[in-house]
Amino acid sequence: MSDLIRSIDYQTEIAPGGHWSLRLRRGTVMRLTDITGDANLGLLMFNPDNLLERYNAPDTLKCQHTFKLTRGNCLYSDMGRVFASIIEDDLGWHESVCGNSHAELVNERWGARDFQNDRNAWHQNGHDAFLVEMAKYGMDLADLPANVNFFNKVVVDDHGRMSRVAGHSQAGNSVTLRFEMDTLVLLHACPHPLDTASSYPARPVKVELGTAEPVRDDDYCRNFCDENQRGFRNNALYYLGQFSEAV
Amino acid sequence: MDTAIFNEAIMAGDYFIHPVMAGQTVRIVDIEGNEAADTLFFSLDDPSERYSAMDTVREQGNVYLSTGSQLRSNLNRPMLDIVADTCGRHDTLGGACAGESNTVRYDLEKRCMHSCRDSWMLAIAEHPEFGLHKRDIGHNINFFMNVPITPDGGLSFQDGLSGPGKYVELTALMDVVLLISNCPQLNNPCSGFNPTPLGVLIWDA
Repeated sequence: MSDLIRSIDYQTEIAPGGHWSLRLRRGTVMRLTDITGDANLGLLMFNPDNLLERYNAPDTLKCQHTFKLTRGNCLYSDMGRVFASIIEDDLGWHESVCGNSHAELVNERWGARDFQNDRNAWHQNGHDAFLVEMAKYGMDLADLPANVNFFNKVVVDDHGRMSRVAGHSQAGNSVTLRFEMDTLVLLHACPHPLDTASSYPARPVKVELGTAEPVRDDDYCRNFCDENQRGFRNNALYYLGQFSEAV
Repeated sequence: MDTAIFNEAIMAGDYFIHPVMAGQTVRIVDIEGNEAADTLFFSLDDPSERYSAMDTVREQGNVYLSTGSQLRSNLNRPMLDIVADTCGRHDTLGGACAGESNTVRYDLEKRCMHSCRDSWMLAIAEHPEFGLHKRDIGHNINFFMNVPITPDGGLSFQDGLSGPGKYVELTALMDVVLLISNCPQLNNPCSGFNPTPLGVLIWDA
């Protein structure tokens, strides 16, 4: 086990097309593993004590001068704080601009199906998956920001044209987040919106939860860039009112 | 230009909020050049439906905006078409400056500087008639900003392609609320370190 992780205490699987949410305490680690290869794992994050504070893709990308997300990167809220750090990553590239598959896209690309006949192989889509989970916390469409799509690489040419790199993620590849704030986490395992697989990409993702070792002075993510050091300082200020830790 | 039903300047650092009805065309002008227009669109009928950077870039297969781009909503519906553009490229990934993100980007004590998100917060507080709240304020367009993506996945903020008098025109496909922050950013080249006025003109169909 990594020297950043004290223990892994729980594991589950997000079924293809499935969705899930949980409030995670700061200091929790979440390891995501692509079970069959070429998966997609959509992620959103909110501050459970103030749902108006949420994952902000533009701030995350511009604060770190990056289009891709990988080890060392922090995932920022719109309040200048770090929800989570990417402490381990087998892949080197995850994207955060393409959003979610939606019902119309799934029907057009992989055919209309219904629950009566297809049961749990019924097509699901990321947009509706997030709306279902968000509704459980009193949120709706107006609260849905850009999400992260783990396991997916989308490249851009000089003219801005985007293309998804099929097969970027192999079976067994994983990425691990360490939560730096108490965070409401929403996940879905619905297809990436640029996935052009010939049949519905039914790919499960393993989720493991555990406890992180305390963040050390030489922490890779915190010291990845000056911006992340300041993000961690903002987190420390946030928690100053709740704990007696020094800023 | 003489036939415009509306012609107003947005002074440096100010916000602008105004309806644009289906069929009308709005022109946003970079009057002195090198300015950034941090722009959001909402459905006039239901502000929870709004401009979505994700749906827009995914459906057009391109991260940049220019003539021919169609702005899409978070329900993946067409909102506006970009029908003219003398600048050539507009950013839809970099988002808006905010007091909070400025602490991360520049310095922990930069939070009191003026920012686009603060301008929007004032706009929605002073204009409750549009029914907008903080949760509606998200991922925006930066007209006249050049934020190229490098082949290895970097993101760079470069001096603009814009210049004095350059403009972008959009025709509304549904009734929308247009919300602009004329960016007051003094820390990066997006406003050439010297924010200047923008112009807004509207024509009927």
